[in-house]
Amino acid sequence: MESNPKENIIEEVTNKDYEFGFVTDIETDFIPKGLNEDIIRLISKKKEEPEWLLEFRLKAFRHWQTLKMPTWAHLTIPPIDYQDIIYYAAPKQRKAKSLDEVDPELLATFDKLGISLDEQKKLSGVAVDAVMDSTSVKTTFQETLSKHGIIFMSFSEAVKQHPDLVKKYLGKVVPYTDNFFAALNSAVFSDGSFCYVPKGVRCPIELSTYFRINAANTGQFERTLIVADEGAYVSYMEGCTAPQRDENQLHAAIVEIISEKDAEVKYSTVQNWYPGDKDGKGGIYNFVTKRGICRGDNAKISWTQVETGSAITWKYPSCILKGDNTVAEFYSVAVTNNYQQADTGTKMIHIGKNSRSTIISKGISAGHSQNGYRGLVKVVPEASNCRNFSQCDSLLLGDQCGAHTWPYVECGNDSSILEHEATTSKISEDQLFYCNQRGIPTEKAIGLIVNGYAKDVLNKLPMEFAVEAQKLLSITLEGSVG
Amino acid sequence: MPPEERANLGIFLSFQYPVEIPGVSMQNFMRTAVNAKREYQGLPPMSMIDFTKMMKQKQAMVEITEKLQNRYVNVGFSGGEKKKNEIFQMAMLEPELSILDETDSGLDIDALRIVANGVNQLHNEHNAFVVITHYQRLLDYIVPDFVHVMYDGRIVKSGDKKLALELEEKGYEWVKELKL
Repeated sequence: MESNPKENIIEEVTNKDYEFGFVTDIETDFIPKGLNEDIIRLISKKKEEPEWLLEFRLKAFRHWQTLKMPTWAHLTIPPIDYQDIIYYAAPKQRKAKSLDEVDPELLATFDKLGISLDEQKKLSGVAVDAVMDSTSVKTTFQETLSKHGIIFMSFSEAVKQHPDLVKKYLGKVVPYTDNFFAALNSAVFSDGSFCYVPKGVRCPIELSTYFRINAANTGQFERTLIVADEGAYVSYMEGCTAPQRDENQLHAAIVEIISEKDAEVKYSTVQNWYPGDKDGKGGIYNFVTKRGICRGDNAKISWTQVETGSAITWKYPSCILKGDNTVAEFYSVAVTNNYQQADTGTKMIHIGKNSRSTIISKGISAGHSQNGYRGLVKVVPEASNCRNFSQCDSLLLGDQCGAHTWPYVECGNDSSILEHEATTSKISEDQLFYCNQRGIPTEKAIGLIVNGYAKDVLNKLPMEFAVEAQKLLSITLEGSVG
Repeated sequence: MPPEERANLGIFLSFQYPVEIPGVSMQNFMRTAVNAKREYQGLPPMSMIDFTKMMKQKQAMVEITEKLQNRYVNVGFSGGEKKKNEIFQMAMLEPELSILDETDSGLDIDALRIVANGVNQLHNEHNAFVVITHYQRLLDYIVPDFVHVMYDGRIVKSGDKKLALELEEKGYEWVKELKL
């Protein structure tokens, strides 16, 4: 009997084709390449924006011009020519009031992605805002939501219908001066989702935005703003994919979350942008600023992310725990394969007394990839009796990949307790052999073991997402062990 | 032939030191294994209802009373539990040939009896067991049809159950000399 040489078990890198790499053939409205004040005025005009928003964009742009792209991340980023990007692309089609008005080609695209925009067909109650390139295609379940006074619509719609609310909250958590990509986004952002849950309302269905990049040579710069007013609750999910292309595409989004007194926001994302091919060609640069603030006492924000896509992922969904007794959580699984790079993590800024935060980060690296966790836990001197628990685990598949951890801790008082645990492990050959002996092929065994390893995080995802995420983990790592 | 193919053809190897797989429930693990075998045989996956029934029934066979399905594979299992779990998995996969590698090591007398009972219940005219052991005591419960003595990678003496008793009495030294 010929047996599998043990040394060969963890080696050899191939890759399953990216499932969502298709391109939709649809007429697209582009603006010229490049970035200057005229382009920004053009975007603003196309979106029929009020004067104040144009001012906001221009201020951001002028600030951005004074900035240089930061270089501190553990990432190798080829130079990006910001004049070579198309900053606005939209499927030629007005926002549809009913499903009959939506271009069938667009519906087919989202169907293919497993996102049905047909409310009748949906079994589970999830309201979806579908965004293709720079504009929102359709938002479902509008009526159900408006009965509760919940506003959930594309960002551009919100600017028109609820300008006061948008003005009140825009840029309050992530100001345009925050960082290089935040400034860029603030100047050129095209669409995204806006969600407002009024006082005391518990949003009865999950809200979800699905982002799709379709057009070539374009960047996607969306903005998401979620506000839970006093005592409100909302669970929000975000998904994303992009076609398979040889050139890199930039995605620089901003997500802002505001959780007022006694409110709770649960934000989950499964990021599956095109990661490039197995030689590292193409793929999305995912440079995103995500931050939430627990503004009132007892407020809560929870981030859950499953990161499997993108050539380069560079983001730190963070929380400012401003109110007393506030709670923030960060659960993350980041998988990198082939030549993917990830530098991701979180920041927990404790300002309120008795505030508590939890960080669970699980990194999985395979192939030639580099996977890093970077996190900051900061407790200001006035924030007494704070608690933080951080756990950062890294799992390595093979010996060509890297896992890195940079945890920063700043504690300003002696009544707070901060804990940090970290482990680095490899999938052991004994575990694989044990599974093999039970008849489970190696590929399946890896999926099983990796999903087990990430279980603490996957358990935090809403049902609809958990299944998708589990499948995705297995697919992303398919072929990573020979 | 890769190990998973051997397993799917009906060979089962019980481990002396079963490994732990954190985060993977016994239910998920066994379901993956059972369905992998069914796929190999060209059968559709087993329904969740049938699977749960089967798990309950086989669990009873090895006297695992506590809830097994949600426990992670071998994580936090005592030595005896791990061995019982091996026999449970064997019962689930219904192999034609089972190789039990020192299943009796580190077992107390009750666990030994349970493990042996499991083997005896599973034994029928369609399957065979190779039980590797150093001691007669397991063979008090599992009565062997044949006894072989391995030395230096070769069978140096064969007999029936009486040979085991003889070994228990005389030790192994005299068998070593037979090789010369």
